[in-house]
Amino acid sequence: MEQAAPTFWTKKDLIGIRELSRGEIELILDTAPQFLAVSKRISRIKRVPLLQGRLVVNWFHEPSTRTRTSFELAAKRLSADTLSMTASSSSHVKGETLHDTLANIEAMHADIIVLRHSCAGAPHMLAADHSSHIINAGDGRHEHPTQALLDAFTMRLALRENSANKDATLDGVNVALIGDVEHSRVARSNIFALTKLGAKVTVCGPVALLPAQVEKLGVRATTSLKEALCDADFIYALRIQRERQGKGLFPSLREYVKLFRIDRDSLRFAPDHALVLHPGPINRDLELSTEIADGSRSLVLQQVTNGVAIRMAVMHLLANSQSRQL
Amino acid sequence: MSLLIKNGQIIDPANKISGLFDLLIEDGKIKEIGKELQGDDILDATGCIVSPGLVDIHCHFREPGFESKETIATGSQAAARGGVTTVVTMANTNPPIDNAGLVELVIRRAREEACIQVCPAACATKDMHGSEITEMADLKAAGAVAVTDDGKDISSSLVMRHALDYAGMVGLPFLSHSEDETLAAGGAMNEGYCATLMGLPGIPKVAEDIRTDRNIRLAELTGAHIHIQHVSTAASVEIIRLAKKRGARVTAESAPHYFSLTDEATLNFNTNAKMNPPLREQEDVEAIIEGLKDGTLDCIATDHAPHTQTEKRVEFQMAPFGITGLETSLALTMTYLVHPGHVSLEKAVELLCLGGAQVCNLDAGTLTPGACADVAVFDPQEEWTVLSEDFASRSTNSPFIDQTLKGRVRHTICKGKIIYSAP
Repeated sequence: MEQAAPTFWTKKDLIGIRELSRGEIELILDTAPQFLAVSKRISRIKRVPLLQGRLVVNWFHEPSTRTRTSFELAAKRLSADTLSMTASSSSHVKGETLHDTLANIEAMHADIIVLRHSCAGAPHMLAADHSSHIINAGDGRHEHPTQALLDAFTMRLALRENSANKDATLDGVNVALIGDVEHSRVARSNIFALTKLGAKVTVCGPVALLPAQVEKLGVRATTSLKEALCDADFIYALRIQRERQGKGLFPSLREYVKLFRIDRDSLRFAPDHALVLHPGPINRDLELSTEIADGSRSLVLQQVTNGVAIRMAVMHLLANSQSRQL
Repeated sequence: MSLLIKNGQIIDPANKISGLFDLLIEDGKIKEIGKELQGDDILDATGCIVSPGLVDIHCHFREPGFESKETIATGSQAAARGGVTTVVTMANTNPPIDNAGLVELVIRRAREEACIQVCPAACATKDMHGSEITEMADLKAAGAVAVTDDGKDISSSLVMRHALDYAGMVGLPFLSHSEDETLAAGGAMNEGYCATLMGLPGIPKVAEDIRTDRNIRLAELTGAHIHIQHVSTAASVEIIRLAKKRGARVTAESAPHYFSLTDEATLNFNTNAKMNPPLREQEDVEAIIEGLKDGTLDCIATDHAPHTQTEKRVEFQMAPFGITGLETSLALTMTYLVHPGHVSLEKAVELLCLGGAQVCNLDAGTLTPGACADVAVFDPQEEWTVLSEDFASRSTNSPFIDQTLKGRVRHTICKGKIIYSAP
């Protein structure tokens, strides 16, 4: 059943995809193209004044390059003032609680807080008690909502560009998520987003890297890459963190490569039209071969481009929806 | 001076009494149960149950060392609000209660500050390190009623065997926190669907089960009395049931949160629903209830574990494990066991009063004439809402705040003195 996207955004924060309806996800996806156009302006004035005078704080408690840069660019292209804080530069090292740090930032009239944190639920906890708009830029292994939104946007755009249907949706599309699903916030948010958008999701990886009772999230789970890829329209290679192998969750990187790497050999299991995504940064030749990462089936750099547009859309909807409602 | 409690339904499982009687208290002792008794002061208990004061054999009063969470004084006031007149306090204080001097300190502080009976448990190993066993004969002589390293298990099976050997020799029950720390390491909640949804590292049920089994088998080898604390899983209930069938000297407890909540209570990252063992799933809740019904589980104990709001108001993974329980255990037992028809009022009183007393060989939990006059008077039908500002405990880390429960303590009497009356 197709639900119409709501006209207005009503939530204060973007904490996770799990809390969003299909309509809300589609509202964000449908808001993004105008911002994609801003970034691609021939006039080279890649800026709109939608957040003029607002303060966006990029608060990254965990190292991040891609996501932090993307949010910062998105804020700048909306003409916001931006401020960056890391765990080591914040009062965290002096023993201050998250609540206190945020209360202090808010005392300086911040409007949007972009939070990356190693603990699941950290943005959830802050959003409940504080008035600024909180955007979750990744919390532990819980959620990374803007990543899932940009991924869904990228897949939908690829479908629309490669078919005659300019209104194509992800309904019935097969997506295979390959690798470390258990420790991946990208995987969780993608599972929530893709299933809400009507896609059929398969997760595949070494058994210790598949979460308990993952099928209850409405996905197919398998440890056979062949089975996962056989009907995939999109193949999403997840990042393998090398330290996982040190904990004995799988025996060796060598064997991981043999069983789960996305490369020319394993792609033979997949349909010819299948396209490949990766959240970055890539461990080249570990979870994804260089040949495929740099090849014509890769959507990796489109994901990065679309990421800025999605984050512009999210910040605009959060910060400007109330005034639009008035 | 005597105190007469009139018109209540007296329930005293130890003496198989359940009926409308008067209860006469004289000189701090139970004098008589009968009809039409006379006394100096009269307490009308119309519509109420009159039971022995509750006995909670699993409490953390945090003193010495963590007085910002709780003290012997505030913990015993919290107990009084919950109808509890005897507690066994755990030994994971700072320093841990691992020598006779510290046992004496707790007993002295309790004598000075507590309005209820506080019976300390002492460590099973020195400094709770799980490597060298404590001087248990000395601990017992100083007044310890049990040994335990509660908060953690003893990971070496050999040390555990020696600890049980020695506890058995000196005649102290061993209170066992059964948990395989390698399987549980890093976990913040039950491993399962909810943990998967929340992206939190899980603690598998089997981490509890395999140690429940190991610890019982070591107790069987040594002949010691082992008591399994805070049973939370269906498999552990079954392990204990089978062990009892083959005659093992095993007793066990569960806590009110394990028969009233599942891991869904943590779905909003509520750190007041974070404890160890973690809240499990519906099938486990059902098995705990079954275990309480059929006698596999001997008593209800709260694992009252106060933590300050500052400590709990942090990221879920950073928050300490534990919730308070003394002020809600009776009401939760009524609400989730008695009113739905799982157990009778008599069985509930047995689980809350007599069961724990028998586990730790305490002179409590009965209304036998001559016994210490520790009495709870409660209205099983009265509804009340749990409010954090009403807690006497120094901490308010309870998942039941703002919940309406059915069953309320009206009066708590310890050694013949009314130590709490509901407003």
